[in-house]
Amino acid sequence: MKRIGPLVFERRLAPTRTAILGYSLLAILIALAIMSVIFWAYGVSPIKAYSTIGRTTLGTRFGLMEVLRRTIPLLLCGVGLVIAFRAKFWNIGAEGQLLAGAVAATWVALFTGIPAPWKIPAMFVLGFAAGALWGIIPALLKVKLQVNDVISTLMMNYIMAYFVKWLIYGPWRGPTMRGFAYTDLFPRDAWLPLFKYSKVHWPTLLIGLAAAVTAALILSRTRLGYEIRVVGDSPDAARYAGISFLGVSLWVMLLSGGLAGLAGVGEVAGIHHRLLEPDHVSLGYGYTAIIVAWLARGSPLAAIVTSLLFGLIFAAGDEIKVTLQMPFQITGVFNGLILFFLIGVEVLLYWKVRVVRKEKGWAGKAGS
Amino acid sequence: MGWESWIVDTLRRALAYGTPLLWGTLGEIYAERSGVVNLGVEGMMILGALAAFAVAQSTGNPWIGILAAAVVGGLSALIHAFFSITLRANQYVSGLALTIFGLGLSGLLGTSWVGISLKNPLPKASIPGLKEIPILGPALFRDHSYLTYIGLFLAAVLWFVLYKTRWGIAIRSVGESPATADAMGINVFAVRYLCVIFGGVLAGVAGGFLSVEYRPSWTEGMTAGMGWIVIALTIFAAWDPLQAVGGVVLFGALYHLAYRLQRWFPPEFLKLMPYAFAILVLAVAGLRKVRRGAPAALGLPYVRGQR
Repeated sequence: MKRIGPLVFERRLAPTRTAILGYSLLAILIALAIMSVIFWAYGVSPIKAYSTIGRTTLGTRFGLMEVLRRTIPLLLCGVGLVIAFRAKFWNIGAEGQLLAGAVAATWVALFTGIPAPWKIPAMFVLGFAAGALWGIIPALLKVKLQVNDVISTLMMNYIMAYFVKWLIYGPWRGPTMRGFAYTDLFPRDAWLPLFKYSKVHWPTLLIGLAAAVTAALILSRTRLGYEIRVVGDSPDAARYAGISFLGVSLWVMLLSGGLAGLAGVGEVAGIHHRLLEPDHVSLGYGYTAIIVAWLARGSPLAAIVTSLLFGLIFAAGDEIKVTLQMPFQITGVFNGLILFFLIGVEVLLYWKVRVVRKEKGWAGKAGS
Repeated sequence: MGWESWIVDTLRRALAYGTPLLWGTLGEIYAERSGVVNLGVEGMMILGALAAFAVAQSTGNPWIGILAAAVVGGLSALIHAFFSITLRANQYVSGLALTIFGLGLSGLLGTSWVGISLKNPLPKASIPGLKEIPILGPALFRDHSYLTYIGLFLAAVLWFVLYKTRWGIAIRSVGESPATADAMGINVFAVRYLCVIFGGVLAGVAGGFLSVEYRPSWTEGMTAGMGWIVIALTIFAAWDPLQAVGGVVLFGALYHLAYRLQRWFPPEFLKLMPYAFAILVLAVAGLRKVRRGAPAALGLPYVRGQR
C-alpha cells in the first residue's frame, strides 16, 4: 500500500473491466492532447484539425466507408496477433504474412485456370496457407533453435517485401502495364464484390468478424485455447503440465500468419486487383495491428472495436494529408504515442486509488 | 584480381557497412547487460540520422551533426528508460513504440530535408604507421571514417570496462540479479537508466553515421531495418563488445560477398540478404547455445522487495 497525501494506492491482482476501458481511453486522450501540440506547431488549430477529421471520416458515408476499408486488414491481422500475444509469441511479422497472402492470391488469380466460382475461395485458402507458412517458420526457429521471435518475424517482413518487389519487377511484371512495376490486372472473376460506391470488400470484412468470434471461442472453449493461455501466462506451469511448446507455437503462428494472409488476399483482390509495390499493398497494417492487438488486451472480440479505431486513424491520416496539407507520417507519431501511453497507464491498472478522509495526520509516503 | 586485394576489399567494405552496426550493437550490449532490452534501436537510429543531417547541413559542420545525433539518441532512449524502468512497462512493447514513434516523427520532421545532398560530409582519415602494414594496413587503417576507428577503439574500451572494472561488475550484477546488486548497495535504477541512455547515444551516432558519412543525405526510413540487425548481432555476440566486432565484420563480409554475386542474382535478392543473414546468424547462435550467456534478469522490470 502506498499513500500520497489523501490518496491511498492499493495493489490489486486483476484489473476490472471498467478500469481497463477507462485507462485505455485515458491513454488515447493523452495521445490526442500531445497531437494537438503537434498540429499547433504546424500552424493548424487543433480544434479545426479534429473537427475536420471528425466531419470527413465519421460525418459522411464516404468517410465511414474509408474507415471500414482500413479496418478490414487491421481486424484480420489484429485478431491473429491477439492469439499470438496470448501465448507470448511476439509476432511482429503480420506485415510480411499479409504480403505472403497477397502473393498467393495473385498467383491463383493470374496463373491458374481455376473456374470462376471456385477462384475466390481458392485465393483465400491459398492466401491463408501462404501467410501461415510464413508464420510457421519463425515458430520452428524459436522452438528448435531459440531464434528470437521479434527479430525473425521482423526480418521475414523485409524478406517478403523484397520478394514481392522481385516478382513485380521481374517474372510477374505485367506485359500490358507498359513498364510499370505491377502485375497485370486480375481477371474480373477474381475481384471481390464491394459495398456500393465504396472500396469495402465485404466478404473479407465478414471473414474478419467470423475470425474474431472463432478466435474468442478457441481461446475460451477449447483445449488449444487453454494451452495457449497457460503457455502465455506461466511457461513454467505449462512445462510441468507437459504442454508442448512446439505444438502451441506452431498452432498460434499458423492461425496468426494465416489470418494476416487473408488480409493480404483482401487488399489485392478487393482494392488493387493486382500485385504492386509492397508498401502500396499494405500501408503498414501489419505493424499497426500490433497496437490494435495490444489495445484489445488479449480479447479477439475487443479487436473488432480497436481495429475500427485504428481504421479511423488511417482514414484520418488521408484527410490530414489532403485537407490540412500535413504529411501522412503524422499517423505513425500518433500510433507510437498511443502505444507508449497504453503501457504507461498499465501500471495504474494494478493499483486501486481510494481517497481517505483526514485521519490522525497522514504520514506522507508509507512503504509499499 | 589477386587474393590479397580481394581480402583487403572485402574487409574494407565490411567495416564501412559494419560501422553503424558496431556502434548500435555496442550500445545495445550495455543496455541489455543492465537488464533492459531496447527494441527501439531502429527508432533511435532514424531520429539520430535526421538530427545529424539537419544540424550538419545547417551548421556546415558534420561533427556538430554527430553530436546532435548523440543527444537525440540519448533523449529518445530516456523515454524508453522511463517507461520500462520507472513505470515497469513491458520492455518489448515500449521499444516497439519507440521505433514506431521514431520512424513516424523522423518522417514528419524530415520532409523538408529530402533530396538534398550534404554540403560537408564527415572526412575520412588514415592512421599513420599502422596503414603501412601489408594487407591489414590498407584494409583496416586507411581511408576509413573517423567513426570507424573510434568505434573499434570503443569496443576495446567497453570490453575492458565491462569485464575489468568495478563499473562493469555493477552493470553485470544489475543485469544478472538486481536484488543482489541492490543489497550490495548498487543503485539498480541509476545503473539501468545510464546504460539505456548510453545505448541510445551510441544508436544515435550510428544513425548519424548513415546520414553524414555513409550516404550523406536524408531519406525517410533510411535505416532500413539496421536497428533490428543490431539486436540480432547483440545476441550473436553473446553480449560481449569484442565478439560484437567479430560479428559485425562477419556480417559486413557476408553482405559484401552477396554484393559480389550481383552478376548472377537479381538486385532484390541481394537487398534481402542482410535480413536473411540476421536470422541465419541467430540460428547459428542457437546452435552454439549462446543464449546461456544472456543476462539472467534481461527483460524483467525490477521492483524493490519483490523477487
